[in-house]
Amino acid sequence: MFAYYFQLGLRSLRRNPLLTALMVMAIGFGVAASMITYSVFRATSSNPIPQKSDELFAVQIANWKPEDLEQGEPPSAMSYTDAMAFMRAHKAKRQTALYPVSPSVIPADGNRLPITANSYAWYGDAFAMFDIPFLYGGAWSQAQDDAHASVAVIGRELNDKLFNGANSVGKTINLDGHDYRITGVTDAWDPQPLFFDPVNTGGFGDPIALFIPFTRAIDLQMPTAGNNNCNADPGNGWDAWLRSECIWVGYWVELPTRADADTYRRWLTGYAAEQQRAGRFKWAPNVALRDVTDWLDFNKVVPPESKISLMVSLGFLLICLVNTIGLLLAKFMRRAPEIGVRRALGASRREVYMQFLIEAATVGLAGGALGLVLTGLGMLSVGWVFDEQIARLATLDVSLVALTVVVAVAATVLAAFYPTWRAAQVQPAWQLKSN
Amino acid sequence: MLQIKPILAALKHHKAGTVLIALQIALTLAIVCNALFIIRQRTEHLSRPTGLVETDLLAVNNRWVGADGKATESLTETDLAALRQKAGVVDATMINSYPLRGGGWSLGADTKPSVKDDVRRAPAQTTLYFTDEHALATMGLKLVGGRNFRPEEVRWVDPRDFETNVPVIVSQALASKLYPDGNALGKPVYLSSTKPATIVGIVERLQVPWTGNWATNFAENSVLLPFLLEGSFGNYLVRTRPGELARMTKAVPTLLFETNRMRVIPEERGVRTFAEVREQAYRSDRGMAILMGVVCAVLLAITAAGIVGLTSFWVGQRRKQIGVRRALGATRHDILSYFLTENLLIGAGGVIVGAALAIGMNLWLVSHFEMERLSLLYVAAGVIALLLLGQGAVLAPAMKASRVPPVEATRSV
Repeated sequence: MFAYYFQLGLRSLRRNPLLTALMVMAIGFGVAASMITYSVFRATSSNPIPQKSDELFAVQIANWKPEDLEQGEPPSAMSYTDAMAFMRAHKAKRQTALYPVSPSVIPADGNRLPITANSYAWYGDAFAMFDIPFLYGGAWSQAQDDAHASVAVIGRELNDKLFNGANSVGKTINLDGHDYRITGVTDAWDPQPLFFDPVNTGGFGDPIALFIPFTRAIDLQMPTAGNNNCNADPGNGWDAWLRSECIWVGYWVELPTRADADTYRRWLTGYAAEQQRAGRFKWAPNVALRDVTDWLDFNKVVPPESKISLMVSLGFLLICLVNTIGLLLAKFMRRAPEIGVRRALGASRREVYMQFLIEAATVGLAGGALGLVLTGLGMLSVGWVFDEQIARLATLDVSLVALTVVVAVAATVLAAFYPTWRAAQVQPAWQLKSN
Repeated sequence: MLQIKPILAALKHHKAGTVLIALQIALTLAIVCNALFIIRQRTEHLSRPTGLVETDLLAVNNRWVGADGKATESLTETDLAALRQKAGVVDATMINSYPLRGGGWSLGADTKPSVKDDVRRAPAQTTLYFTDEHALATMGLKLVGGRNFRPEEVRWVDPRDFETNVPVIVSQALASKLYPDGNALGKPVYLSSTKPATIVGIVERLQVPWTGNWATNFAENSVLLPFLLEGSFGNYLVRTRPGELARMTKAVPTLLFETNRMRVIPEERGVRTFAEVREQAYRSDRGMAILMGVVCAVLLAITAAGIVGLTSFWVGQRRKQIGVRRALGATRHDILSYFLTENLLIGAGGVIVGAALAIGMNLWLVSHFEMERLSLLYVAAGVIALLLLGQGAVLAPAMKASRVPPVEATRSV
């Protein structure tokens, strides 16, 4: 029976070409708009490190007076003073302070021009914390952190560029005139959003090409390539800046269990209370420990354009469905005489339901096909609305294709329930008499 | 209009269709109003002038390699001399940032020194542009009072280590904000807590580097300081002769690499004409406006199509009744106005609900995103547009109805 009803459905598509075309277009446009905006939303709101997102925490502490804070929340970055105190205390399983730097890589080959690499200064723990895969070698050791060693980990792409993809562990790389010994080459690692530093990247950007020890970067007085916020004049010179309450350092800890997190939070509050007693903070402890998901949320990584356009598109789809209900109603009720005959010949209400829902599904399928084409076209123009860094993440993959078709068919069938119910109510006797 | 009562009675017989059309009109109104409002908000500042003469202007992002601090002074001066001598170049300057660039330096400016631990807010937020006496000519800024920097006033400073008690040029917007009486020239402006700068010049207009909403309340508050910043980062602005821009876009980086190879000019956004700077700064605003525009257009088309579809169905269903009315003496015009009035009634119901929805949706957006309150003018315009759209959409089926011959009354039954 299914095949027969499906055939009937296909035939009826041709019977009212205008009505059918209107419905198919409405569903197609509605579904496409929702899918395009959803793909962007999906990309911007995805969890970049699902296996560990609830074990990694960004640490926040209010070292500024309450008037200087936004909505009373501790700032998203911290001062060098606090970051170093936390590193020394060593209260988590793993921990790292971090900040973006931008050294220039000077190729050994004198004929090649220097290049800039997307770089971070952090501690050796970070590689294990963030599950960064290695192609060759590995992270530098804690001893090397403590010794302010001139070592580096480079990304696969940079390794391809500088060493033609060969194992470069043990070789040196020249950054701004200083030699660093390479301890490892990371394999492809491109978490999006860039959860470990949404503050400076906005959450999206190119993969990181180079990592050097935090302690070494500070020795070399490498300024931050990200934000530096001061609520007061830090005074003149590098050391004054390090001692100031300017905030520019990111801080992460790995706390495997809930109990660890609670212990750490208590310790953090204790630290803030101590600073208050010492007179550095003139306010009550204000600290926060946010896991990856909360952190991305807190930093509003999903751009408002993405949320608003998703919302508008869903409204758009809703209108298209209301429209489809109306048109299906018109289409089905026009066939009241036919239904009457079928009912009189013994078709049950259930049969009528089946027939018309399948017919609606056929319309939905056609709408889905159109929607798929429009979604494909729309994907090409995502770059108009969103930054390139975000636009490149929105892709038409298999799951999105499937979702497009499923949403189109399911939505149409849902919309068809009321018109079908009306069709099934047609009284056989009345229709026979009136014709 | 005398037909309202019978129309209402007739509508009761096809409640579902009536409700669906009204609902569709309501939802469309809610979305279109808000989408148009988003478009206006987004496009309002697209046309905001920067104060620069934007034609024939080139922005180059330069980074020194293996040189930092003091060492960059002479390197940069060599660059600037080479640029200024280049045939086809009118003038060139170095500056830490420029309008629409996105990143820069901002702080509170005050007319009085600030006292330690004083939580009072500075009267005006402003951006700081660090540059030299060539800035006005290169950027094409219009001096409306006072004078330009003198070459001897321009100094090299460490960005982390300098005093701000120097002559400065401010934008008219900042001058009037600080000194509403209009006598800003020669007056002090505190950019640090204790040492005031002196206003020696006022330019008509100079936008800040940021285009986001958060910078709206100080969008044109700028200060030019006669300082060139040491360090490996710098932006060159180059004014070319008319018609030479395209050639200079290629020639300038070549010239710079010939002058000194130890530098990086990024592949992306390293060399940009100001037209590109503007395009990239406003890309997402313009894109959002286009997206919302397309959504509105398609939405209105779909709503119109829905009305045509359902009304055609009603006309088909009621051919016999129409025939009877015609036979009883109703004119074609009567039939036409019957359907138009019917649509107007449904539309009226829809827009009343829709207006409420539009306002509710806007309130929700205001509370969740940085949005302004919806102006009621938009709702009013949307209401009129949708009622007209309804009338337009119903016209064709209504005309068809009016052509139903009276003889239809005698068909069957």
